Amino acid sequence: MKDYLELNELQLDALKEISNIGVGNAATSLSMLIGRKIQLEVPKATLAPFSKIVEIIGGAEKEVAGGYLYVNGDIPLGILFFIPREQIPRLLDLLFGKMQTKIDYDKQGGLQLNEMQESALKEIVNILAGSYLNSLGIFTKQVFIPSVPALSVDMAGAILGQVLQSIGNETDYALIIENVFCAEGEQINGYFFLIPEPETLDLLLKSIGV
Amino acid sequence: MSSEPIKIGIAELKTAYSPATLLTAGLGSCIGLCLWDPKIKLGGIVHIMLPDSTLGRNVTNKAKFADTGVRLLIDELCYRGANKKRLVAKIAGGAHMFAMQSNLEMLKIGERNIEAVKKELELQKIKLIGEDVGGDYGRSIEFFTEDGQLLVKSIYKGVKLI
Repeated sequence: MKDYLELNELQLDALKEISNIGVGNAATSLSMLIGRKIQLEVPKATLAPFSKIVEIIGGAEKEVAGGYLYVNGDIPLGILFFIPREQIPRLLDLLFGKMQTKIDYDKQGGLQLNEMQESALKEIVNILAGSYLNSLGIFTKQVFIPSVPALSVDMAGAILGQVLQSIGNETDYALIIENVFCAEGEQINGYFFLIPEPETLDLLLKSIGV
Repeated sequence: MSSEPIKIGIAELKTAYSPATLLTAGLGSCIGLCLWDPKIKLGGIVHIMLPDSTLGRNVTNKAKFADTGVRLLIDELCYRGANKKRLVAKIAGGAHMFAMQSNLEMLKIGERNIEAVKKELELQKIKLIGEDVGGDYGRSIEFFTEDGQLLVKSIYKGVKLI
């Protein structure tokens, strides 16, 4: 069993590359869905204590839509997809066309998505994560079967805290591979996080020979 | 003379004397446990992430778990002059962030965190005098060491003082 802190530079690069291939695939799917080109940024790998990891997404109180999928099986891992709250209307516009999107807010300013908007966001998470996992599976010769996506629009720290507890019994650090993409013309930044469990690292790295 | 609040991140613990304000942002399934000694106006927060340290592998950070976190905060406060018998507790958090979706056992960690913290407080004979727990939304808390009041903020439910 490996701890994140034992990873060397080459292995971190390999993980970034795996994630990048997955996101490339996911972006192609999204591009087909919304009919626009998607640009990808160079992936970043961050290894940090739990208390610091939330800084990379703009602080604990930043409002985001977070979609989460958990993959059980031989190589357990989590996939978390974030979109900043202010970008949700734009993403829905791209999906449904501008006239269709009316977003409600409650008295406190919290986003009130209707059923269709919520399931559209979940579907996006599903498509992105599905194509991400597909390419991850081809690359590592594994079969990944994800859970149904769970969605929450809330503070980033609250969502991340919930997700990180899947690895919390094993470690005090999180390794997060971050991929950012933008839809051409409309600035939509999606953050994709691959969260491998410590026991997953060995298997993941072995399957690609590093 | 209020200065910048002291921030406590996930799985961290901090204590301070009046008039300091302690702040922990973005509690989801995690629990913010606040203990306060009214006589010397010393307070502390521990940001608890998981219910049970016996399930942990090489537990280096005691603040991460409910059982060890509660005890660590008591020790820390007593070390700085608090009397355990005077300590009172308030808790916030323990939400279920992905409501209605998926029956994954791990996503129910919020409830288990609440139970574990309450159980340990009872064991330590510390009185729980305020709580804002559960639900399906995130919370940020500010704990005022001057009067022991706890401000709970959320996107969906507004602000309340407990």
